[in-house]
This record gives sequence, C-alpha cells and structure tokens, in this order.
Amino acid sequence: MKLETLLLEKRSNIVTHWLDLIFETYPPDAQRFFKSRADRFDNPVGRTITEETEKLFDQLLRGDEAGLENISPALENIIRIRATQDFTPSQAIGFIFLLKRSIREVLKKEMDHKDILEDRLRFESRIDDLALTAFDIYMKYREKLYEIKADQAKKQVSGLLRQKGLICEVPEWRPIS
Amino acid sequence: MADVPKPKELVKIRHSPPFLTGWMNTPTEIKQGIACYAGKPKNLEYVGLPNPREWSPFDADWKLPPNWKKIILDGLRERLEKFRSLKIFMDICVRCGACADKCHFFIGGGDPKNMPVLRAELLRSVYRKEYTTAGKIMGAFAGARELTEDVLKEWWSYFFQCTECRRCSVFCPYGIDTAEITIIGRELLNLIGLNTDWISAPVANCYRTGNHLGIQPHAYKDMIDFFLDDIEDITGIRLEPSFNRKGAEILFITPSGDVFADPGTYTCMGYLMLFHYLESMGLDITWSTYASEGGNFGYFTSHEMAKRLNAKMYAEAKRLGVRWILGGECGHMWRVVNQYMDTFNGPADFLEEPVSPITGTKFENAKSTKMVHIIEFTADLIKNNKLKLDPSRNDNLKITFHDSCNPARGMGLLDEPRYVIQNTCKYFYEMPENTIREQTFCCGSGAGLNAGEDMELRMRGGMPRANAVKYVHEKYDVNMLATICAIDRAVLPDLMKYWVPEVDVTGVHELVANALILEGEKKRTTDLRGEPLPGMEDMDEEEGAEQTEGAEA
Repeated sequence: MKLETLLLEKRSNIVTHWLDLIFETYPPDAQRFFKSRADRFDNPVGRTITEETEKLFDQLLRGDEAGLENISPALENIIRIRATQDFTPSQAIGFIFLLKRSIREVLKKEMDHKDILEDRLRFESRIDDLALTAFDIYMKYREKLYEIKADQAKKQVSGLLRQKGLICEVPEWRPIS
Repeated sequence: MADVPKPKELVKIRHSPPFLTGWMNTPTEIKQGIACYAGKPKNLEYVGLPNPREWSPFDADWKLPPNWKKIILDGLRERLEKFRSLKIFMDICVRCGACADKCHFFIGGGDPKNMPVLRAELLRSVYRKEYTTAGKIMGAFAGARELTEDVLKEWWSYFFQCTECRRCSVFCPYGIDTAEITIIGRELLNLIGLNTDWISAPVANCYRTGNHLGIQPHAYKDMIDFFLDDIEDITGIRLEPSFNRKGAEILFITPSGDVFADPGTYTCMGYLMLFHYLESMGLDITWSTYASEGGNFGYFTSHEMAKRLNAKMYAEAKRLGVRWILGGECGHMWRVVNQYMDTFNGPADFLEEPVSPITGTKFENAKSTKMVHIIEFTADLIKNNKLKLDPSRNDNLKITFHDSCNPARGMGLLDEPRYVIQNTCKYFYEMPENTIREQTFCCGSGAGLNAGEDMELRMRGGMPRANAVKYVHEKYDVNMLATICAIDRAVLPDLMKYWVPEVDVTGVHELVANALILEGEKKRTTDLRGEPLPGMEDMDEEEGAEQTEGAEA
C-alpha cells in the first residue's frame, strides 16, 4: 500500500490531530477559544489556522506543481498571525513539524511497514521543505514589522524637513518639446 | 526577537510550551515588541507626576519608591471610596465569561491575561486580599493574593495592553466597564511613576504648548498655511481661515494629528474647505493655536491629569468669547468631552447651547458640554441640502467604515458618519455586523498604545479589525477604510500595510471636501492627495490647464 493512499484515507484524523497539536502551542484558555465554533470574524485566528491547515495538508499531499504553488498563500495566512504572537521564531514555525508527529501517531501501526519506508522518507522531506518555506515567510513578515517601524520614523523626519523649509526637492517637470 | 539559543539549549527546544500553571503562577515577561518604553523624568517633572527617574521596564529594578506598596494600597482605598462604580466592579463579577473572548488582544494574540475578566482579576485579586474577609482568611482559595513587585509588573504590563475600547463591556450582563478598571489601574501605577513615554511625553507637551506634539503657535499656523497652498493648487482658491480671533461665534478644536500626520492632514484640509464653503452662508469660526489639541492623553494617565488638559478647551473658549465649540474627527477626545468634561470642568455657563448657524438645528445632545462633533454638524448640513456635492469625484474609492470605539460606543455616533459617506461617495460597503457599530473592533492602538516600539502588540490587537477589512476587500474590492478618529488615521495605515496592503485609510471630511463644489473653483483634476480624479488619470497638466480655462470661459 502506498503512503499517499493511507494519508488520504486517514486525512480527517491526521488533520484534526495536527490541528490539536498546533492549538496546544497556545495556553489552555486560548486553545478552547481558538477551537470554538465562533465565526471567522469573532474567532479569526482559530478559523484561519483551521482552514489553512486543512488546505496545507491537501496541497502537500498532491505534491504536484500546482499544489506546491498553493502552499504559500495558506502558509502565509498562518505565519503572518504567528509572527505577531508570543512565540520565539522556532515556535512560530515549529507547527510544521507537528504534522510528522500527527502522522506517526495516527498511522502508528502502518508506519513500520517496510513497503512504505521510501514513501515515508519522501513525504517527510516534503514537510522539511515546507519548514524552509515557512522560515522564509516568517522572515518576510518580521521584516515587514520592522519596515513599518522604520517607515514611520522616515516619514516623520522628511515631513519635518520639508515643512521647515530645510530641504528643497526637485519639482515635477517635463522637458520642453 | 528572541536571543539565539546556546548549543546545549538546543535539546531543550519543545514544540509545545508548558501552560499547566494557573494564571496566578504564570510569571509575566516584559517583552520587546509588546511593552512600551518608560516615561522620561523631565516630562513627569513638568506636570508634577510622582517618582520621576530614568528607568526601563526591561530592567529587573524599576526604581520604585521604598513605600510603593503603601502608596498603591492607600490609593486603591481612596478610589474605592471615591468611585462607587469601582467598588461595584470589584465585587459584582461572577466570572460568567461573556467578556472573555471579546477583547481584540485576546482574540488576536491568545494571551489569557488579555481576557477582560482576567485583566480585571489582576486588580481584583489584590482588592480581595486587602478588603474582603474571605480573601484575607482564605487567600488564593478565594482568588486573593498579596501585592508584590511581580504583581505590580504584571499590572503595568497588562493595563498597558488594554486600549480602553469597551467592547467587552457591551457583552457584560452586569455592565462592568473594564476600561474603567484599566483607567484606575493606570492611575494607581502613575502614583509611583510607572508610565509609558508615549503617554507622558504628549501629556507634558499638551500641558506646556497646547498639543501632544509640542507644535508651537507659529508652527501650527505654518502647517495650516502649507495646506492652504495645496488647496489653492487643487481648487484655485486661496482660503483665509482665522486664528485666535476674539468674538467669533464658534471655536474649532481638532486633534493635532490632523495637522501633523498623513492621512489626517487631508482630513484637516477637508475641514478648512468646508468652513470656507460655509463662510458666505454665515459660518463665523476660528481656529486656536493654543487649544490646539482635541485629544487628551491625560485620560490615559489619571482623571486629574485628564481634567487639567481638558480645562484648556473651556479656558480658550472663554478667552475668545465664543458661543460654542465645534470639534474635529477624533476618538477618545469625544469620550472625554461627552462623558467627563461637564463634571471635570463644567458647567460652561459662559457658553450657549450649540445651534448650527446654517440650518438652525439645535444640538440638544450637546446642551451641557456646548461641544459638537463635526460629523453631526456636517450630517445636518447634508440633511438640510446645504452642500453642493459631486460624489463622482470619489468614484475611484470603494469605501468601508470603521466605527471608532469612542464615538461609537462612547457616544453613539453610528449613523451620522455613514450618512455623510453615502452622500459623498457612490460605493460604500459595510463590514460584517459583529465587527461594526456597537460591536466594532478596536484599531488595537488606542489609549496611548500607538507607539512604535510595541508594533507586535498593535498588529495582533488590530488583527480582528483587519480581518474584517480583508473580507470586504476580497468580496467587494474595497480599497479605502474611512474613519472619524485621529488615532485611527495614524495607526490603521500601518495595520493595513501588514494585513491588507491593498487598502488605504481616510478621514470622512477628506471625502466630503473631495466631493464639495466650491464657488468659483477651477476644474479639479486631482483629489486632496494629488492623485488624479476618476476619468482624469491620463490627463497631463497642460490639458488640465486648458480645460480649466475653458470651464472658466
């Protein structure tokens, strides 16, 4: 039996367990709330993580180019949130590796089977690649935060210089034709 | 950013942090990105606030006065006697949890101490220990605990992670106003010099110069002149607003952010153009370079400081001899005006009940404070057909409206801004109902949290708001977020950059001025931001000039 078939069969269990593990990275009160059925506006973090994690799993399983292309937006929507929360960088993206744990725990019996060893290694490498992408995305949003801070300061300074008449910018002009 | 772990620490990295301790035993970590910097001693000295010193919340030693505990407990006792509401809020909570998931900081961040019930427990637990028999005898079993330095640090951390937006209070079956608990918490902390720079510097500036930024009178006028140049470029008309003019009928006061920071500056240009339009219809209004601030960061320090800073509005109104005060688009300014000014510094017997000189409408809601919000004033003008408007000039904008917490929940200004937007713009789309009006989500940066150093806190706190904006952006292609609060105009652009970069931010009077047809204006080719008006995108300057001449001929 191929690993992909097993993953597809147990999709619901694996994703649910993965989500449980992800939500466990939050304090208990937050876990209860994020897992609640409150709608996407009352519970935007919980809903986003749930929906995007499901997408991540499906795209990862497809493994083709189209699937991989769709991975980034899903990953971005999760990491953009976690980059602002109380996590160290490793904790913020560490949720990717929890998928390995989820698969191992859900497919405990099947995982030791010799037939799927190769598939398993290949799929786990795919998860590792996902973690690298996650790292890039995490950095993108952390840089965004600092860019916003820096822009604020720059805007204030240049505004002041202009208003005080200390600098004179080149006006908009066109050569005479 | 976390410190890089040493090799030996690598083995300790866990994927799931342990959260098995109760909240009382979970230590508070003061983190970069979340906490604001400490107030500078000179700013505290200038207004006579206690314990001025150089200190940092990131150091272990906060340089507290030796008798800090007595000061806090005496202060708490005094306030329990003075404010009946505080005593009720301390006793009445049954921990039903209705407020727990209503705070934007908890919703976006997941830190349980940001659940309003738990944030209030930080203070309530000390109250129980000191003032209730059960708490004194049973301690932690009765939810009571000793006031220690760690508890104090926890107070400082979490009372400065609350924007006093009062969304939680909408859902409390007992009407507990957690914002008031935060207000008292901050007031107590300020008794021993625990503050933030982003609040204490504006307070000192406002007390000395008249506004948060310390803009001096001549510079204030210079900045307005700067806008007049821009307005002349756009409309061909030179406006002549008056400053500090004695005997004017109305004094106009707006937050200084409108004069200083984009996109508030465009809103400010909007006020100027509206006043010019109304001059010939009988509007007699003056600006003040002394009462040059509508906002009140004293309100984020203590009731006493809020009162002192608020007093300058009435003082200037008295000095100039005006009949009433018109106020700009602002947030907490209006909670202070609407709910506190009258008891702080009123009654303002020397002023008259505001009446619109254009429509004759009596603003009975402002009978006591004598101060009217400009959005009500403009809505009334439109309702009475007093404004010539060309909404098509805003056709490139697909607008949604963010109800600012204080005007919405603090004074019920829900329909007026929508009415003005719908009469000046064609495309208007509401965000989902559980994110607007009384249930509006805070921008995440109010109550003095709009500093730069706490950006992560601001981004996670503003996430529920941004999430709703993202929804209308994706569904209706919304590209502009309108609001009637200066702090919103200052902070929402940053929030949008992080979560929904396709959406920009505007004040409502910028939209009004874009649509407003001034007598004798040249054909407008750009909006107030200098961006081409719809249909003018390909027109170069020469063509624009030709068309202008044609229009005039």
